[in-house]
Amino acid sequence: MASYASRRIGNNVALGLSLAATLVGLFFLGAILVTLLLKGFGAISPRIFLENTPPPGSDGGLLNAIFGSLAMTIVAIVIATPVGILAGTYLVEYSRGSRLGEIAKFINDILLSAPSIIIGLFVYTILVVPVGHFSAWAGAAALGLIALPVINRTTQDMLGLVPNALREASAALGMPKWKAMTHVIYRAARSGILTGVLLAIARVTGETAPLLFTALSNQFWSTDLGAPMANLPVVIFQFALSPYADWQRLAWGGALIITVAILALNIVARVLSNIGSVK
Amino acid sequence: MNDASPAMAAVSVTNRPTSGGERAKMEVKNLRFYYGDTLALQTVSLPLADRKVTAFIGPSGCGKSTLLRVLNRMYDLYPHQRAEGEVLLDGKNILLPSQDLNLLRSKVGMVFQKPTPFPMTIFDNIAFGIQLFERVSRGELRDRVEAALTKAALWGEVKDKLSANGLSLSGGQQQRLCIARTIAVRPEVVLLDEPCSALDPISTSKIEELIDELKSEYTIAIVTHNMQQAARVSDYTAFMYLGSLIEFDNTDKIFTAPSDRRTQDYITGRFG
Repeated sequence: MASYASRRIGNNVALGLSLAATLVGLFFLGAILVTLLLKGFGAISPRIFLENTPPPGSDGGLLNAIFGSLAMTIVAIVIATPVGILAGTYLVEYSRGSRLGEIAKFINDILLSAPSIIIGLFVYTILVVPVGHFSAWAGAAALGLIALPVINRTTQDMLGLVPNALREASAALGMPKWKAMTHVIYRAARSGILTGVLLAIARVTGETAPLLFTALSNQFWSTDLGAPMANLPVVIFQFALSPYADWQRLAWGGALIITVAILALNIVARVLSNIGSVK
Repeated sequence: MNDASPAMAAVSVTNRPTSGGERAKMEVKNLRFYYGDTLALQTVSLPLADRKVTAFIGPSGCGKSTLLRVLNRMYDLYPHQRAEGEVLLDGKNILLPSQDLNLLRSKVGMVFQKPTPFPMTIFDNIAFGIQLFERVSRGELRDRVEAALTKAALWGEVKDKLSANGLSLSGGQQQRLCIARTIAVRPEVVLLDEPCSALDPISTSKIEELIDELKSEYTIAIVTHNMQQAARVSDYTAFMYLGSLIEFDNTDKIFTAPSDRRTQDYITGRFG
């Protein structure tokens, strides 16, 4: 009886501690979201989507920054997606057990957790310094380098979940391997791989450090990828630190826009992966 | 070779086809198989008679699935697995490195333990295999798909939902879909690796009837844990134990008067 009572006490203590830890985590998440909503919601108006970033002390919007973020993210994802998927495919389907494959997997996992500021610095030295000025291309390259290992890793994980029986069944029909990959295996892993791409987009849209070194920012409307380009994270960074109330308000608005966009991407990714696992 | 007596002790070395003297569609000769350094099959020899059903029985791990996977060189997908000896298909050794594997597998089809429909429509599951090897018109493709599904006794159940996903079918239907997919490419030999072990009795009996129909056109090799099934569907039975072929003979003979003590112990349920 005594041992049962002590086990029950131990159980309750462990349960209480883990509950407390969960509440602490949720409290700060909730506090951030509530603050963001309270301060950011007031800044959201049609103007924020229709006007460019204003000079100090006047009102304006974030149109150029939203465009810049979209443009650089799209370029980054368009480059990183095929490379990431193909590399993941090689590592799972073709390099099994080979030394090169094992090393590449390991390095990809390191890249996955590399601080983004280091990736920014790296792109700065190879794409900004030689050219002599900041550019959206360099920004997109930095974002692409951050997205690449994410897409590579999810592709590996998702292909790993495809039952081997499906590979054997394809081979048993006399199907060449490339055809089995494109018509059967990718199809089976499709929603998972797509989820990985969405998560990579969510990851790069919030990155600030690599863009500071590469795209910098631009106060004006610009669609030239060879020139510095405004983008939400860096504009938020600059405006939030400024002494001007208008800029600070816009920074809150921008933060809310990014958060909502990332939240939406995560929800879509979640729904997609659920659809995938149901079948 | 053709008229060797079936009463002769069948310990893996003799290469008798069968008592009836039918032509052997495939012949396994002195086959040894290795998983890495582990010897999984020790010098197995036996024929697969043309358009007959040959069943492989034996306790788990005896090498019967391994043997089946040599017949279409499925083991080739994995490094560290290798086979020695000869496996003849119409007199040609398919174990030679020069053998075109996709061509071999189009002639020697395989159905697996678990149903493995492709993640595509029912129609495409079958059409895809056909289009791997042949260019056929849309109309002919439809006919071929219908014929394969009819042969696999599935047409009546799916003819109104050919564009539904293959994964939406029940387990028994999925397995018949896989059989339809296999025979749609017109193989000469069909390998069945415990095709009913994941199915309920009704689906099982449907598939057994199907095997009986199919043997008029195809040479069939089936691995099964179910001895009643082996007795019901097969013409010849091979009993394997610990990587060796213990006895190979007419199914009737194996199940009524086996010559080896171990065979008798196994079929009477004394071990395995």
